[in-house]
Amino acid sequence: MTGTTVNLVLFYFFGGIAVLSAILMVTRRNVVHSAIFLITSLLATAGIYLQLQAEFIFAVQIILYVGGIVVLFVFVIMLVNLDVTLHQAQFNRQWWVATLIALVLGAQLVFAVWIGRQGSVLNLPPAAPALTAQNTEQVGQVLFDTYMLPFEIASILLLVAMIGAVVMAKRRI
Amino acid sequence: MIPTTHYLLLSLALFTIGVIGVLTRRNVIVILMSIELILNAVNINLVAFSRMLGSVHGQVFAIFIITDAAAEAAVGLGIIIAYFRNRETVLADEMDLLKW
Amino acid sequence: MNPQSFEAIRPYLLPVLYGVVLVAVLPLIVGYIILLERKVMADMQARLGPMRVGPHGLLQPLADGVKLMIKEDIIPEAADFWVFWLAPLITFLGGMTALAAMAFGPVFQIADLNIGVLFILGVSSMGIYGIVLGGWASNSHYSLLGAMRSAAQLVSYETAAGMALVTALLLGGSLSMRNLVEAQQRSGVWFIFLAPIAFFIYLIASIAETNRSPFDLPEAESELVAGYMTEYSGFRWVIFMMAEYANVIVVSGLATTLFLGGWLRPFASFHAHLPGSAIDILDAVPGLILLLVAGYCFWRTPKQPVQIQKAVMALFGFICLGLAGALTLPLSSAFAAWMPGIHGAFWFLAKIFVYVYGFLWFRFTFPRYRFDQLMRLGWHFLIPLSLVNVMGVGIALVLHQQAGWGLAGALTLTTFGTLVIAGWLVAVSERHERELLTPASLAGGD
Repeated sequence: MTGTTVNLVLFYFFGGIAVLSAILMVTRRNVVHSAIFLITSLLATAGIYLQLQAEFIFAVQIILYVGGIVVLFVFVIMLVNLDVTLHQAQFNRQWWVATLIALVLGAQLVFAVWIGRQGSVLNLPPAAPALTAQNTEQVGQVLFDTYMLPFEIASILLLVAMIGAVVMAKRRI
Repeated sequence: MIPTTHYLLLSLALFTIGVIGVLTRRNVIVILMSIELILNAVNINLVAFSRMLGSVHGQVFAIFIITDAAAEAAVGLGIIIAYFRNRETVLADEMDLLKW
Repeated sequence: MNPQSFEAIRPYLLPVLYGVVLVAVLPLIVGYIILLERKVMADMQARLGPMRVGPHGLLQPLADGVKLMIKEDIIPEAADFWVFWLAPLITFLGGMTALAAMAFGPVFQIADLNIGVLFILGVSSMGIYGIVLGGWASNSHYSLLGAMRSAAQLVSYETAAGMALVTALLLGGSLSMRNLVEAQQRSGVWFIFLAPIAFFIYLIASIAETNRSPFDLPEAESELVAGYMTEYSGFRWVIFMMAEYANVIVVSGLATTLFLGGWLRPFASFHAHLPGSAIDILDAVPGLILLLVAGYCFWRTPKQPVQIQKAVMALFGFICLGLAGALTLPLSSAFAAWMPGIHGAFWFLAKIFVYVYGFLWFRFTFPRYRFDQLMRLGWHFLIPLSLVNVMGVGIALVLHQQAGWGLAGALTLTTFGTLVIAGWLVAVSERHERELLTPASLAGGD
């Protein structure tokens, strides 16, 4: 009983922080503040992964997303830091149409999820310790067994992206 | 335990906010950050289903999406830097060279 | 409080106690590491260092702490206040959270995570944000430049450090800190002897990761005032300093757990191989060391010039005597159960001390790296070397497990192969360095 309550409290805590940070991120005038709120949103998402007992994804999210991708963003923000953007309009002229359409899309998806909610109860007990203790091993097993080809393709993708980013950002090719 | 619906709705909320960010903001960097938010929401979805179905494939897929997001962010930011060096702007409204 | 709810929260009491002890003790430890640094620097520069505040300067950290706490808190006018306030906290939190997964002994660990090493790596990479945001929020050229340089350096050496750790993980077979130490106990030999190149890579990468000399260009005084810490004064600077030394402790703890055998006594598994337990005499070494230190304190006590310094010296003597007693004399069978924990903690702290001493030694011996040299070292030397090393150890393990070779032989072979490639990498980088300084390239653009 207390297990479920603690789980619910944690879920609402992390979920609330994630949604709140996302809203703040999209509405800040200062881009660095947006980046900070993206960090908190991603950290809260990592908390959600941990709560789903997906500990490897939790670590990967923090190392790659928070410690890698957003650092890249922060670097670029400081390289293109224009103080003049602080005084210009933040949202484009079609903002109300865009928000309306996005909300309609969201409502459609919420409707779809709501209809199907009967069949999606997590009726597993908190996963057996043997299962969670092996999360990293299992992920590794599946990654190098079933998904070996996508793994190699992903590494080539990263190589291409690295070369692409270096070429795009050079002053003189 | 917590029904999967909760996680799906959370992922939907983040997805919608990300879409709003992509469609409404002028600063291209914020647009890219909103795209990261969208990919993140999809990841939550995948991991929640992986937990519900008891298989680890969802998490592996999520790892690939994170890898993909990293590659795309790197190239996108490289493009932004290149454009900024040439045109001195990072606002999407002002990137209208291809307009008639 | 009824017994049922006490039983419900009991599993959480001990970790909370450890956490409280860690948080309470860390500022003191950081203060004394700073004092140690000043004394070692003085010793290597043929002078004495702080001697005035307390006997041999032993109360200097307290005086420094009081001074910094009563300093005026100056915030630049055009600085972004909230980010300025947040930046030191991010770095400090990154370091402290990483300490939560660190095993200081067989007993003293707040949380034995299944993904301990990955967690520590990830959380300590959050420290980059404190540096970058602190430099940006200060709204000053020196700060921003220092912050960008520091962040670029940290990001560059993270990959090499991670790969070096992967080598040790290959040998250990688990990401959990406790399992790694037990793997070293089972294999009877510390991983530094199985993967020396990985330890070497990790040593260099960890010095760069913590912004210490010779990689401290971002915070070097003669280069950038104080880099990203320029605009931080008083207690905010203290938080940055505590974060830096907490990072040093985290990195030392990782190296100790993964390469130096964690809390294992030297030759911990030898009585399984040798008849008799003559080697167990090493168990008395911790108590002996502390007894010697206590003896030195008491011997110096009458030689102090001032009465209060005599008292402080005698106090330190009694503290060391008490610790020596705790290490050697279980007063009753109840305390005998604590012996492995206390001994383990002593060996762990001793190894961290050796590693930190190595850091201090490097600081006062080597000249500073120029920034492009630093980046070249990270990207052109350490990362290729660490990748080759991972491949090498992987090949050695496959040869050992599938083809039946002995582990020592296979590892020796691949280590030599990696050394050959390392030599080639060094030769290539030397050639590049020489080509950089030819008149043709100096005259042209980039």
